[in-house]
Amino acid sequence: MSGQNEHKTMTLKLIVWRQKGPNEPGRFETLTARNITEHHSFLEMLDVVNEDLIREGKEPIVFDHDCREGICGVCSQVINGLAHGGQERTTVCQLHMRKFKDGDTIYIEPWRARAFPILKDLMVDRGALDTIIQAGGYISTHTGGAPDGNAIPIPKPDAEYSMDAAECIGCGACVAACPNGAAMLFTGAKVAQLAALPQGQVEAKERALAMIKAMQECGFGNCTNHYECQAACPKDIHVKFIARLNREYLRVLFG
Amino acid sequence: MILDGKCPTGPIEKTWDKHRFDMKLVSPANKRKYKILVVGTGLAGASAAASLGELGYNVESFCYQDSPRRAHSIAAQGGINAAKNYPNDSDSIYRLFYDTVKGGDFRSRETDVWRLAQVSNNIIDQCVAQGVPFARDYGGYLDNRSFGGAQVSRTFFARGQTGQQLLLGAYSALSRQIKAGTVTMFPRTEMLDLVVVDGEAKGITIRDLVTGEIRVHVGDAVLLCTGGYVNVFYLSTNAMGCSVTAIWKAYKKGAFFANPCYTQIHPTCIPQAGDYQSKLTLMSESLRNDGRIWVPKNKGDKRPPNEISEEDRDYYLERKYPSFGNLAPRDIASRAAKEQCDDGRGVGPGERGVYLDFRDSIARLGEETIRERYGNLFEMYERITDENGYKVPMRIYPAPHYVMGGLWVDYNLMSNIPGLFVLGEANFSVHGANRLGASALMQGLADGYFIVPYTVAHYLTQTKPGKTASDHSECRKSIEEVKDSTKKLLSINGRRTVTELMHELGTLMWNNVGMARSKEGLTECIMKIPAIREEFWGNLRVTGNGGEINQQLENAGRTADFLEFAELLCRDALHRNESCGGHFRVEYQFEDGEAKRDDKNFCYSAAWEFKGVDSEPELHKEPLEFKEVKLAVRSYK
Repeated sequence: MSGQNEHKTMTLKLIVWRQKGPNEPGRFETLTARNITEHHSFLEMLDVVNEDLIREGKEPIVFDHDCREGICGVCSQVINGLAHGGQERTTVCQLHMRKFKDGDTIYIEPWRARAFPILKDLMVDRGALDTIIQAGGYISTHTGGAPDGNAIPIPKPDAEYSMDAAECIGCGACVAACPNGAAMLFTGAKVAQLAALPQGQVEAKERALAMIKAMQECGFGNCTNHYECQAACPKDIHVKFIARLNREYLRVLFG
Repeated sequence: MILDGKCPTGPIEKTWDKHRFDMKLVSPANKRKYKILVVGTGLAGASAAASLGELGYNVESFCYQDSPRRAHSIAAQGGINAAKNYPNDSDSIYRLFYDTVKGGDFRSRETDVWRLAQVSNNIIDQCVAQGVPFARDYGGYLDNRSFGGAQVSRTFFARGQTGQQLLLGAYSALSRQIKAGTVTMFPRTEMLDLVVVDGEAKGITIRDLVTGEIRVHVGDAVLLCTGGYVNVFYLSTNAMGCSVTAIWKAYKKGAFFANPCYTQIHPTCIPQAGDYQSKLTLMSESLRNDGRIWVPKNKGDKRPPNEISEEDRDYYLERKYPSFGNLAPRDIASRAAKEQCDDGRGVGPGERGVYLDFRDSIARLGEETIRERYGNLFEMYERITDENGYKVPMRIYPAPHYVMGGLWVDYNLMSNIPGLFVLGEANFSVHGANRLGASALMQGLADGYFIVPYTVAHYLTQTKPGKTASDHSECRKSIEEVKDSTKKLLSINGRRTVTELMHELGTLMWNNVGMARSKEGLTECIMKIPAIREEFWGNLRVTGNGGEINQQLENAGRTADFLEFAELLCRDALHRNESCGGHFRVEYQFEDGEAKRDDKNFCYSAAWEFKGVDSEPELHKEPLEFKEVKLAVRSYK
């Protein structure tokens, strides 16, 4: 696995949010990223910066990252004002430095939302998203005793619609991008995924109601049709699922 | 010691049913008196915690991630096998069993594999009931695709995100139990020790990754569902946080480690681009359904791929393995790619790559169909390489991906420490020396939904609930040990970073213990690893302190364990004087380069017992018997 280092390198000015803890004041710190090639991912660029900081005896930038292939949903940075950096259908970990050029100044901030307290630097607590799912984001089936998988045919368009919604990785970019800090795209996607399937119909009303209630209690705002969420979503989750959420909610109220 | 897996006997098709009946039950009223600790929330951990909670046990679930939904099962792309025979291509439980035993190169237990094949169908039903949106055909029925190592289509899938959808299914079941109060969830929590009291597993010591608090959780049984250790190679397809730590701590407390040398190198990954790289990205094996793998026939042919004519291309998998072609199993496909590159016919930077070409299937099916099937993978490839896979053949190269080895368990998935159960990739049980594609998801969910809920009960009937108090001397001792080692890591104050040292270990391991191993290389590694370990403990620099979020400290702990574990992996590889599955020793091969097994001397699972960090571990053997599938040279020609 020998690499090759013949790429042209870039030097970048980073203006990074640093914050010791949830109750500490935060501030921007200016750092320099050196020897970055176009093939570095954004997080690998931060790795380089962190290695330099550690060697200088300074504390490296804390940021959430794990799978680094765009599926675990943990990476979460606002880059130059855009959640995940603004490349379509791309998480921070999949963003590559060929999207930047030598000498660029890059602002890096955490997700900012009332429901997501900052833990340290760029790391936030997204437990509220788990709370919404726990409120009803499931079908109450028991382990064992399920009928044959082919017992209930599901029209292909319904299965595809459900899958479109199910692709959500729970990163919270929709919340970070929303001026109201709303989690309606996240919640709507789960409600729609399950409501579109016959096995999810049984509890559809209770589910919508419980999840909306949890969403509000967690301190998320409401949708006022900015559509920033869809633009920021690395999985292209469509705002039509918010419409579906509203429809399901109306069915509860008037259905 | 000769180990006994306590496998049931008699006709194979009755083994699991009979065993289930023979096991004791815990009555519904007594279940809530027992507390079960489940570490890890991947497919195995989430499904186990959810199922046990639902049965009425008192469950505590732990993961290092910020949410149980992020465990690395989420990254599995291709699919999950089941013997449904929906496509009517003559699949059966027996055939899935047969393919898995053969695919594992005859190094797994027949009874365990049978059980896996038997429950595979229940898994699909369970997931459909949970709302997993599997791919369907226009009639509304479940769709299947083909995968490596099988001649039937038995793989169920949800676009290229099957692992994600199955994990979210298990996560939803887990969330439901958290809501119901049967499961208490501890995210951002890492297990750093196993507490053993009077020879039985009764607790774990954890570090709260947010506050830095180190404390013990006690329970009546401990389930480790903590995944694999392939990050020992530094670069792999695993998530950055995947480590050997949980099972290594258990090993150091007496659990046997089985077949650590069985590692899987996945053939279809995006080649490495530079030294700064932090991970390798997998491209689903399903691409091999429609992509053709080739290299230029002539060494040093530097022409762009599309200018290389048909007669100058070598579709080496189709040539060497005509009956399986591009769908040859992973170990074979990986080794074949390495062989081509070693032979000077590799492509791309550093010439470590082969082409995966969709030209012919695009001509046959149209770009739209290929986009529908693999669109997300082509997109991912383009983001990383800046190349368009529809127009130019993709470049791929094998990368460390999965491990078949893990803690030794008996038929009940219990290790040699009573009360310690090991599920999913963390155990060694069913994949032998090589895992077939789409079988990891199957195993994780089989263990968690349909096996451990029964077998853990059998153990619990033999133990009194709440036997250990959290202030037991073993608990206090464990906390002290973890605190000491944390303090030690923070106080070295040397000059090297964790990443540098892990990189050094990984490079050594990849070069000598990766796709091909030799006596010389392994011996060299066993000599060099202690030196890196010494450098680590003498010259490491970790900034910050232990009472806060400290990602370097987390990585340092994991690296410290890899530095011990790597030696065990090498020793196991050195002792196994044969080639089988993912373990290829250059000294043991046929003239055509195929792996040469030695059934006379090595038809056993090797389980190692810890004897001290700087002492040689002791080998215990569990002989393997093949009554159903006859031992034979594994051929895919």
